[in-house]
Amino acid sequence: MTERPETEDLNTPALLDKLSSDLRNLLQSRNIENPLMIGIHSGGAWIAKELHHKLNIQQPLGTLNISFYRDDFTRIGMHPQVEPSNLPFDVNDQHIVLVDDVLHTGRTIRAALNEIFDYGRPASVILAVLVERDCRELPISADVAATSIELKQNQHIKLNRNEDNHHLLTLSIEEGK
Amino acid sequence: MKQHDIQLDHDGKLRHFLTIEGLKKQMLLDILDNAENFSSVGNQQVKKVPLLRGKTIANLFFEASTRTRTTFELAAKRLSADVLNININTSATSKGESLLDMLHNLEAMQVDMFVVRHHSSGAAHFIAQHVAPHISVINAGDGSHAHPTQAMLDMFTIRRHKQDFTKLTVAIIGDIMHSRVARSQIHALNTLGVPEIRVIGPQTIIPNEAAHLGVHVYHDMHQGLQNVDVVIMLRLQRERMAGALLPSEHEYFHMFGLTEEKLKLAKADAIVMHPGPINRGVEIESSVADGSQSVILEQVTHGISVRMAVMSMALGRSSLVDQERSQS
Repeated sequence: MTERPETEDLNTPALLDKLSSDLRNLLQSRNIENPLMIGIHSGGAWIAKELHHKLNIQQPLGTLNISFYRDDFTRIGMHPQVEPSNLPFDVNDQHIVLVDDVLHTGRTIRAALNEIFDYGRPASVILAVLVERDCRELPISADVAATSIELKQNQHIKLNRNEDNHHLLTLSIEEGK
Repeated sequence: MKQHDIQLDHDGKLRHFLTIEGLKKQMLLDILDNAENFSSVGNQQVKKVPLLRGKTIANLFFEASTRTRTTFELAAKRLSADVLNININTSATSKGESLLDMLHNLEAMQVDMFVVRHHSSGAAHFIAQHVAPHISVINAGDGSHAHPTQAMLDMFTIRRHKQDFTKLTVAIIGDIMHSRVARSQIHALNTLGVPEIRVIGPQTIIPNEAAHLGVHVYHDMHQGLQNVDVVIMLRLQRERMAGALLPSEHEYFHMFGLTEEKLKLAKADAIVMHPGPINRGVEIESSVADGSQSVILEQVTHGISVRMAVMSMALGRSSLVDQERSQS
């Protein structure tokens, strides 16, 4: 594998377009007409907001803060945040599109699924992510991903929001521990 | 100084929650922010998060309590902790030694946290000084000293309605001298930057040192309630009547009871709070307690979120993790 530069800008608007059209096709193929959309705080929430708009979803957008469902609470402890989960709808018997920025280990999605099921029993859950990378640690895969990236174990993807323009996102690859 | 340090671990994280006194503003804000997040758990069909799964919390209530004990219990259960409610016969534990013996027995049962209410001021501190290093102690009210979780749920309620603490005038009315709630509230309001705190009550039950706490003392409701944003009524502790500190209930209500009439002196959007239990017709008129400005029942709901926040902060310290790692 060739060395990647430390940061790399991906064409996020194009990826969002692709994600939204792939998701639309998937929903059509499954005959899902009125899905509920839930973004995982924080990166997933931005993307969900875009998708929610692009797909013209009528129901309000939900957001999840999965910090109370993480599997590493006893390792990292509490970190105060001011973004409570907000699901302004009944999830029972509804088709849900769960949105995150990057699918990596799968642990975040495991936590999000557990939290959603504490709100009720949805009819189905579709996972849509902007980027899926390798190094999965749980049997979880995305139903729709705009792109796939292979990285070294010590490399991390970070989704940055451009403050000047909400629609411009920068993907940077950081050499981590 | 030592009293303040005992609440924090070496990383400056909350280990015990015994008093508001000495805690930094940021710590109080962290508690409020965490509580805000926990408030959404109440909207879930399954009102539970798995955060404290496998932890054991013992409620040690040496003094009668319904609201505080049950909201602590609910908070612990919503965090998925296991809860022990120990019914304590006060006469059996009136000696310090037997209290410590009981604590050590509970420690041997691998309890992680004690929630303590006691009629003696300083009881929770005493227990915190004697527990094993991994155990946290939460003060659920000690004598006339402190009731920090009540004060924080009151701050949470105020922030929900008024957002900015730095523009508020808050009045606390009633038996300030014997009230651990008032004492903790005053510390919290001061720390969070409330510019004007008033205490209103008869001279006999406002401590002389009140002015040192940075509060303005009033003995007349008509003056004290003018332009107030938040009205906090305290329960009139009837047992104090016997000590001749107070006139009859009827006279007290006439002078210091909150009526619709008197509430009109406060700002039009003022909120009315009370830690409960309320004595209708003694310190507060029924129509005010049930009125549109009353947030008394909201306080009860917020008590659960605030207690969840404090418990999970104390049991989610990274120093605790280090200890567990070194043991395993």
